[in-house]
Amino acid sequence: MDIIVVFLIICGLVFFTGGAVGILRFPDFYSRLHPAGKLDTGGALLMMVALALFNLHHFSLATVLTGLKIILIVVFVFLSSPTAIHGIVDAGVRAGLGPWTRGEKRR
Amino acid sequence: MPATTNTRENTILHEPGQGSDPGVTPSTRKRARAFLPYAITFILLFSLWIVLSGKFDPFHLSLGLISCVMVTLFSKDLIFPEPGTEGSLRTWVCFIRYVPWLLYQIFMANLHVLYLTFHPRMMDLIDPRIFRFQSRLKGDLPLVTFANSITLTPGTITVYVSIDGTFTVHALDKSSRESLPGEMERRIARAFGEE
Repeated sequence: MDIIVVFLIICGLVFFTGGAVGILRFPDFYSRLHPAGKLDTGGALLMMVALALFNLHHFSLATVLTGLKIILIVVFVFLSSPTAIHGIVDAGVRAGLGPWTRGEKRR
Repeated sequence: MPATTNTRENTILHEPGQGSDPGVTPSTRKRARAFLPYAITFILLFSLWIVLSGKFDPFHLSLGLISCVMVTLFSKDLIFPEPGTEGSLRTWVCFIRYVPWLLYQIFMANLHVLYLTFHPRMMDLIDPRIFRFQSRLKGDLPLVTFANSITLTPGTITVYVSIDGTFTVHALDKSSRESLPGEMERRIARAFGEE
């Protein structure tokens, strides 16, 4: 059990690190949102599942309820994160920002 | 199905005279179908209450019961916009069947963006572009689900969805651009019965 939890948390941390590095490395506004929004969502999913599993160590009704609450957090992140990214991208398009294409300089 | 719904509705909404009807006449079945959304909304709300409160003494349970009944009555057409259609229930079941596949796709595509992020020659690999395509999905809910799924699978972000199903998508590289609409649209069409 502990091994699974540690493995999931490490995977989640790798995703989060990838998200942070991606924000720094990608060339423009739109492509930066890809890692920002989605690697974070994936990392949050893995970490939360790991925490829910870890929480079930002492199996009782209270820990099951806590685990369900953690899963609810994941559900709401999964609903709100794409919507937020869509809002940000839409704002960028409305402001007239064109996407970076191959061969241009970094912005 | 209608019989159990009937009894449940009687306990929830305290409708007199409905449970005493012995035979399942067409009118009772129709009424049961009309109350099915109430029952499902109530069950959803009440299970959420139990999960969030975590207390099982009569006081808290009755508080939850009262507030859930009230919210169910207020927001009857929020989850099921058309009352009494069994199609919406089937839609939810199909949607739940769609979720595991979506999670798998998200995981695989997350790995793809992770690979791109840490690749030393990342600037040569990516080829971001905004493009459009026409989707054959029609309903509001399928379109929203499709848009959110596109955003969740890395490499693609939905920029704009028009009401007739034209998607404007920002794609990170060539492979994620070619994956649309493809498999995901087919699965959503099947899940929402638009096949």
